[in-house]
Amino acid sequence: MNMVRTLSFVPAALGAGFAFVYVPILILVVFSFNESRLVTVWAGFSTRWYAELLGNVRMLEAAGLSLGIAAASACVSTAVGTLAGYALGRLGRFRLRALFTLLLLAPMVLPEVILGLSMLMTYSALDRAIGWPGERGFTAIALAHATYGTAFVAVIVEARLRGLDPALEEAALDLGAGPLQAFARVTLPLLLPAVAAGWLLAFTLSLDDLVIASFVSGPGATTLPMLVYSSVRLGLSPQINALATVMIAIVAVLAYFGTYRAQNRS
Amino acid sequence: MSTAPWARQARRAFVLPAFLWLGATVAAPLALVAAISLGEATQGAPPFEWGFSFANYALVLEDDIYWGAFLTSARIAGTSTAICLLVGYPMALGIARSPPTRRAFLLFLVVLPFWTSFLVRVYAWLGLLRPTGLINSTLQAVGLIDEPIGLIANAFAVHLGIVYAYLPFMILPIYATLERLDPALVEAAQDLGSKPARTFWRITFPMSVPGMVAGALLVFIPASGEFVIPDLLGGPDTQMIGRVLWLEFFQNRDWPVACAIATMLAALLAGPILAFDRLRVRGT
Repeated sequence: MNMVRTLSFVPAALGAGFAFVYVPILILVVFSFNESRLVTVWAGFSTRWYAELLGNVRMLEAAGLSLGIAAASACVSTAVGTLAGYALGRLGRFRLRALFTLLLLAPMVLPEVILGLSMLMTYSALDRAIGWPGERGFTAIALAHATYGTAFVAVIVEARLRGLDPALEEAALDLGAGPLQAFARVTLPLLLPAVAAGWLLAFTLSLDDLVIASFVSGPGATTLPMLVYSSVRLGLSPQINALATVMIAIVAVLAYFGTYRAQNRS
Repeated sequence: MSTAPWARQARRAFVLPAFLWLGATVAAPLALVAAISLGEATQGAPPFEWGFSFANYALVLEDDIYWGAFLTSARIAGTSTAICLLVGYPMALGIARSPPTRRAFLLFLVVLPFWTSFLVRVYAWLGLLRPTGLINSTLQAVGLIDEPIGLIANAFAVHLGIVYAYLPFMILPIYATLERLDPALVEAAQDLGSKPARTFWRITFPMSVPGMVAGALLVFIPASGEFVIPDLLGGPDTQMIGRVLWLEFFQNRDWPVACAIATMLAALLAGPILAFDRLRVRGT
């Protein structure tokens, strides 16, 4: 036992690190149940901010818009990202592979201000040329987010492909399956956990995005992060604490099933 | 019957739709930004005219509001990356050396904040650091300070925010290299009488360098273009280039200058990004 001895301070550093990460979130959650409007003075337990949140029509509308955009963009990201990840993972060398990789990864690594600006410039040019997208709302934001999410899906799918035996698909091809059939009947089912994880990640990224949506959206469309950002700029509000707590709870459950349980099963 | 070679070739067609998508959604928009950066701002709609002049780049290089923000960004992102490394390395080591049954849960704890809203995590610190925030009010209540101390709107808060937000990106790649490190190497060193600290510096540390480099790039690249953190936690001395670009676009409404800043930022980040891609290909 204990053949690999740990440097003595390492467990303490791990504990301190997790405290650094989780204590601020914990305090945020605790103060969402505070009676007082002041976010820093405890005045007794109350759920009034949750009740106010439920009555905040603008907030609910923004949440609805954001959830819809996140679901739609995650689906597009997953479709294109799976194809792109497959191309990287299975097709070996193809023409312009380096360019392909660069374009695929650019949205993942470039700062969001650049992506947002470039998408808006494109929409503006398209609008002048063909009259679309006009009022930049749901579709425009969802497409911009899909661009962003595709890279993340592709990377997850490629990583999963590296762990899969190519012989399985080759066997299907040797037995006379067409390429589409082999992909749909053999490879895709095996990739499903990665595809699902990619969808969840793309969904979360879209739901969380402030910068790209701020650049791209027209005056009529306000996503949840945009609304949160503008109210945070005006000052702290326990309603935001309550909203944050709800979001953290949802994300914790999603992440638990999406990553932790999925990892443990495989 | 034997359709296999044909089918194997035809799989290549799968690249085509993905390539078209990337061309339309990534290549064309970035090219457009580069093209507009050569134009000139006007009063019309759209607020620019096409052109072929490097005047906007000259402006960015001359006015210290712009080039100063580039330097500030590099400095803040660099320092924050170093702090992330100091905080993240022992955490990655702690996870790699914990019992395998507990590792999955500890990794889950590392990843969970990454899934949580970025804005919410920055907001959490806003409530702690403000003059009337929890830290100041607590310190005042115990009588350690009389006046609130300036914890926000300065370089301290921006560094803290970046380290807090990007720590998982540092921990995960370091953990990945440490996990793959053969425990037999460490055991052999200890059987031969090497003390734990010496074993660490001579064996574990050097072998985890690729993970550290990958983590450093994963923190440095996005941090240098950060907007939300300097905007909510920063002050006048922490003007970062992502925020300058934002203001140039939303307040000054100068599209060509905003595009010039974006193009320069992308060009400056191309080196770190390519370095990261090379590491990624090698499987870190």
